[in-house]
Amino acid sequence: MDKHRSKYLANEDGYYGDFGGAFIPELLQHNIDELKANWEQIIESDSFQKEYVKLLKDYVGRPSPLYFSQRLSDKYNAQIYLKREDLNHTGSHKVNNTIGQVLIAKQLGKSRIIAETGAGQHGVATATICALMGLECVVYMGATDIARQAPNVARMKMLGAEVRAAESGNKTLKDATNEAIRDWINHPTDTFYVIGSVVGPHPYPDMVAQLQSVISKEIKEQMSQLPNYVVACVGGGSNAAGAFYHFLDNEEVELVAVEAAGMGVETAETAASIAQGNVGFIHGSKTLLMQDEDGQITEPYSISAGLDYPGIGPLHANLYTQKRATVMNATDEEALQAAFELTQLEGIIPALESAHALAALPKLALKPTDVVVVNLSGRGDKDMETYIAKMNS
Amino acid sequence: MDNRIDVLFREKKENVLTIYFPAGFPELNDTLSILVELEKAGADVVEIGIPFSDPLADGETIEMASQKALQNGISLKLLFEQLKEMRKYVSIPVLLMGYLNPVYRYGIEQFCVDCKAVGIDGVILPDLPMREYRKNYQTIFHKNGLKNVPLITPQTPVERIEELDKEEHGFIYVVASSATTGAKSGISKEQEDYFARIKALQLKTPTQIGFGIADSASFNKACEFTSGAIIGSAFVKAIQNGGELAVNVKNFVEFVKVIK
Repeated sequence: MDKHRSKYLANEDGYYGDFGGAFIPELLQHNIDELKANWEQIIESDSFQKEYVKLLKDYVGRPSPLYFSQRLSDKYNAQIYLKREDLNHTGSHKVNNTIGQVLIAKQLGKSRIIAETGAGQHGVATATICALMGLECVVYMGATDIARQAPNVARMKMLGAEVRAAESGNKTLKDATNEAIRDWINHPTDTFYVIGSVVGPHPYPDMVAQLQSVISKEIKEQMSQLPNYVVACVGGGSNAAGAFYHFLDNEEVELVAVEAAGMGVETAETAASIAQGNVGFIHGSKTLLMQDEDGQITEPYSISAGLDYPGIGPLHANLYTQKRATVMNATDEEALQAAFELTQLEGIIPALESAHALAALPKLALKPTDVVVVNLSGRGDKDMETYIAKMNS
Repeated sequence: MDNRIDVLFREKKENVLTIYFPAGFPELNDTLSILVELEKAGADVVEIGIPFSDPLADGETIEMASQKALQNGISLKLLFEQLKEMRKYVSIPVLLMGYLNPVYRYGIEQFCVDCKAVGIDGVILPDLPMREYRKNYQTIFHKNGLKNVPLITPQTPVERIEELDKEEHGFIYVVASSATTGAKSGISKEQEDYFARIKALQLKTPTQIGFGIADSASFNKACEFTSGAIIGSAFVKAIQNGGELAVNVKNFVEFVKVIK
């Protein structure tokens, strides 16, 4: 791992500027302390690196291609590249993180893996690695999401995971995360919680960002010059964290994070946590989140189940506050249009999440010489039902 | 004036019964009535829960009760309104317990000032780590005469417990097992060993056991090791199914306080 540490990454106490930390009940303190004391050492060990790199290469299919999109470039009059995380095994960037965390869990002697999932991509990636490593796997998923992401539920079950429905709140990602944390409290010794995004108490945001940083490491290796823009969608923000990571200190590279506006950032039907949020605490982290004036966390909305989260990772809250990242947003409709556009121009059906990143292209004031990398975080197989509905409408 | 928690534990060293219930539950304006009835029935301390949309450390009973209370329309602002004249009717120690986000949103300083104004004696915020408390909150708490009650679990190292014991906390909340509230009931041999370990530390700060205490058997067992015990989920169940509130409260406290 690199010894130079960007000022935009977490400090020793897990703070990104004013954000981050570990606001957890004493019930989780032991688990967090155990992880904090060990994860970096495990990740830096030769045995971990050997196995992790090998699995990324032979099992996931990394490095993922950096594809020059001629037709998008023509359309937007710039040089547009797509980082093809959609080609990874299991269909998204999520697997980069789950392999790493499950290997850490094994090193810590844990026998049982739990995870939360929204769209099901993180759940599938976790269930996949648990199948590979022969570990028990329980995935918490909101009952609403179970209904709207049936193929991923079936995949998790086929992979041997138990899918448990979260029945509180809007029954989506936030509620699934609550249930996973409760499970962790109730199983303090044998269980490892594989968090899917750069959220949660320290050291999770830092650990997940580092495991996803392979994305920007490869982009740098695959390009002969620095790009002018790196564009990624943000729910919790793991694919953006991975795509930005090695560019954080290249201040000339504009980092663009695209939130899900849902029906519009001015409406109540949105998941734009930065645009609409205030400082507060969610799932153990001090960050920006959507809440009402009494500090009750409000229910987000987006057409994309993977971006349907009321908070944002503390890394991104700080990048926004420090003006290191530009935060934009895309509505449901804009994301759908972008998904159909990419499909028709390039023959690539993107995940609805990644379509939000593509939807930023017409909003950037691009020059013909500008080099743009869009992180295509996942593929659209899981979203076919939504796309079919759009075609029939 | 001395803090009522300190006064209580100075005078009563054992069998202290603490009851938890969420504000605005079962009906929005039941908060003060329940408080009054609890004192009448013989509870020694009351913890009023500040309902939160995402109560991570709570099991189903308290989670559902919190949701109901929020649907009823409870808010921190309204809670202080409900408790405005509390000290005309209630003399036992009263604490507020809740999650950090609503308190932070309300404004920590304003929260502490309002606590003092209505006569709250202590605060329990399980997701506020001690480190953060000491750095950013302690001064404001002390200025307003509030005790911050810390939680310990079977996994908390002895050094941390001893560090807490050197400070002024009112009491230490001994979480009976590694579980969300109401998840387990009854006390296992393993838990007894843990309680015995805490007792052997001979802390100067009073201790109370909570999580999984539900009836007179578990209450009496817990009191063998500590100054008292805290009941939450079981009390919530006792008042949630309708009937005369005063009668439900009285019956529950009597049911727990059965002489061994």
